[in-house]
Amino acid sequence: MSQQYKPAVGVLRRPNTPLGRRIVNNWQLYLLLLIPVVLTIIYKYVPMYGIQIAFRDFKASRGYTGSEWVGLYWFQRFFSSPTCVRMIKNTVLISLYSLLWSFPIPIILSLIINQLRFRRYKRLVQTVLYAPHFISIMVVCGMLRIFLSPSGGLINLIFGTSIDFLTESSAFRTIYIASGIWQDAGWGCIIYLATLANVDPGLYEAAKIDGASVFQRIKNIDLPELLPMAILNLIMAAGGLMNVGFEKVWLLQTDLNKATSDVIAVYVYQQGIENAKYSYSTAVGLFNTAVNIILLLIVNKIASKVSDVEFV
Amino acid sequence: MKKSRGLSQRTSDIILVLITAVILIIVAYPLYYVLIASVSDPYDVYAGKTFLFPSGFTLDGYVAVFQDPNIVSGFLNSVKYTVIGTLFSVTMLYITAYPMAQRDLPGRKFFSIFFLITMYFGGGLVPTYLVVKSTGLVGSMWSLFLPGGVAVGNMIIVRNYFQNSVPKDLMEAAQIDGCSKMGIFLRIIIPLSKPILAVMAVFSMVAYWNDWFTALIYLGGKGSPLPLVMRNILIKSSASASQAATISGGYAELNKLTELLKFCSMIVAAVPMLVIYPFVQKYFEKGFMAGAVKG
Repeated sequence: MSQQYKPAVGVLRRPNTPLGRRIVNNWQLYLLLLIPVVLTIIYKYVPMYGIQIAFRDFKASRGYTGSEWVGLYWFQRFFSSPTCVRMIKNTVLISLYSLLWSFPIPIILSLIINQLRFRRYKRLVQTVLYAPHFISIMVVCGMLRIFLSPSGGLINLIFGTSIDFLTESSAFRTIYIASGIWQDAGWGCIIYLATLANVDPGLYEAAKIDGASVFQRIKNIDLPELLPMAILNLIMAAGGLMNVGFEKVWLLQTDLNKATSDVIAVYVYQQGIENAKYSYSTAVGLFNTAVNIILLLIVNKIASKVSDVEFV
Repeated sequence: MKKSRGLSQRTSDIILVLITAVILIIVAYPLYYVLIASVSDPYDVYAGKTFLFPSGFTLDGYVAVFQDPNIVSGFLNSVKYTVIGTLFSVTMLYITAYPMAQRDLPGRKFFSIFFLITMYFGGGLVPTYLVVKSTGLVGSMWSLFLPGGVAVGNMIIVRNYFQNSVPKDLMEAAQIDGCSKMGIFLRIIIPLSKPILAVMAVFSMVAYWNDWFTALIYLGGKGSPLPLVMRNILIKSSASASQAATISGGYAELNKLTELLKFCSMIVAAVPMLVIYPFVQKYFEKGFMAGAVKG
């Protein structure tokens, strides 16, 4: 009864009420939206307008449009700077390797956790695996610096060596990626575990009656169930390939590991905030964003062909 | 037949428990090690005597932490920013998500795109910095909250939760009884969305408690939060510590307290959030699921 009645109300009311009336009726909702919209315009959209300083010689006293137009001068300067190739290469390699490692691990972890049958133990595992996600990158980097110290660092104590890992440029990517997995692989499971929790229990029962082993159940029930979510995550990650987290790189960077730790994000910060080269820094950042957007569009195109998962 | 299947189930259970136990140790041990080191003699720590248990038990480090004016003021600043920031962010999420959850709101599509664009595209570091500066926020605590505006990803989760998990019948009944949109928001939506409210509050708290980069850029060295204070202890002094180590030939000569301070400050910074999240853990999956399903 009510099932039939409800849509009828919705369908009838809408066309009968004119648009102006509906806007007036909802004035309270627009009032609620006012502050978020104003803040978003000021702190998200005005900076987008400000990107034009990448093409100008920005002087604060002259404002955005009053500053001299210099075209692609800052981009040319970036591409001809001696560390440009190195920074692009490091940025791409760090994110590419991060993606290769940190994408599959949460999937495998969640498949394992999902099979745990002792509820309390399962909850304990989840609690512990989520923990590092809630720790500040500052603390994680402090731990890394202490653990990797050549004299008395945990890693060197365990292996009986005295290597100064943070001065070895060959070790930087491994440190960055391994600590990233430690911190966020468990947290990355949540979305997969939530997906698996929605699997019809009847499927497992049927599989058990048919004598399917745990691994057969994972392979034939769980994995297909996770696939759409996994593809979506992969796409999103691929679209942000040039987004190397500034914080961790900056905190772990030393003069001696720069060959692999020099990335665009740190350069943008140093040039823009520390050296106040506003236009130059904006240009470098814009280049980074542009590459990202191109990647996102390509990946989005592939995605719409592979599956009909919707982003928005 | 049945028995052999039971056995194979048991074997796989044992294997799964063993695998997860190893993973548990890998994840938890670094934290445990820091905890132990924070109450041990630093000399013993760096000599490798504290793999499992504290050695030369001492609470000097914690005493020093609470006597260090920089750490104490950093801690208090962090508490202040976390409380105000969380109130601000959760309010923003709710007042944005509620209108966006009304399917028949004129202009909903426009607002949707308006917010979503900011998720994929932004002005970047310097243009944003210049706007924050020109609006007079540099050096003020509001520079930590206002430029973040609406966390669009979380807003979508909350919006979907409103659409999927709050009973529509209830809202319609209230509307028929003459309850205004604001009344529905205050009397039905807010009380009925406590799980997602808890999850979002914890997310904000964690974000503000752990943030230091925003403070580094905008606060100009005044009112530094705890992580930024710790940068001087952890990152800068470890460079000088390794220099000192090469000069004097070991940690024995170093000031023990500086080393203890590193471990203790890390514990003080990490523990508050580690204590809080298990309380809302059971809502994580539910909240995400309700938020992820498209209505």
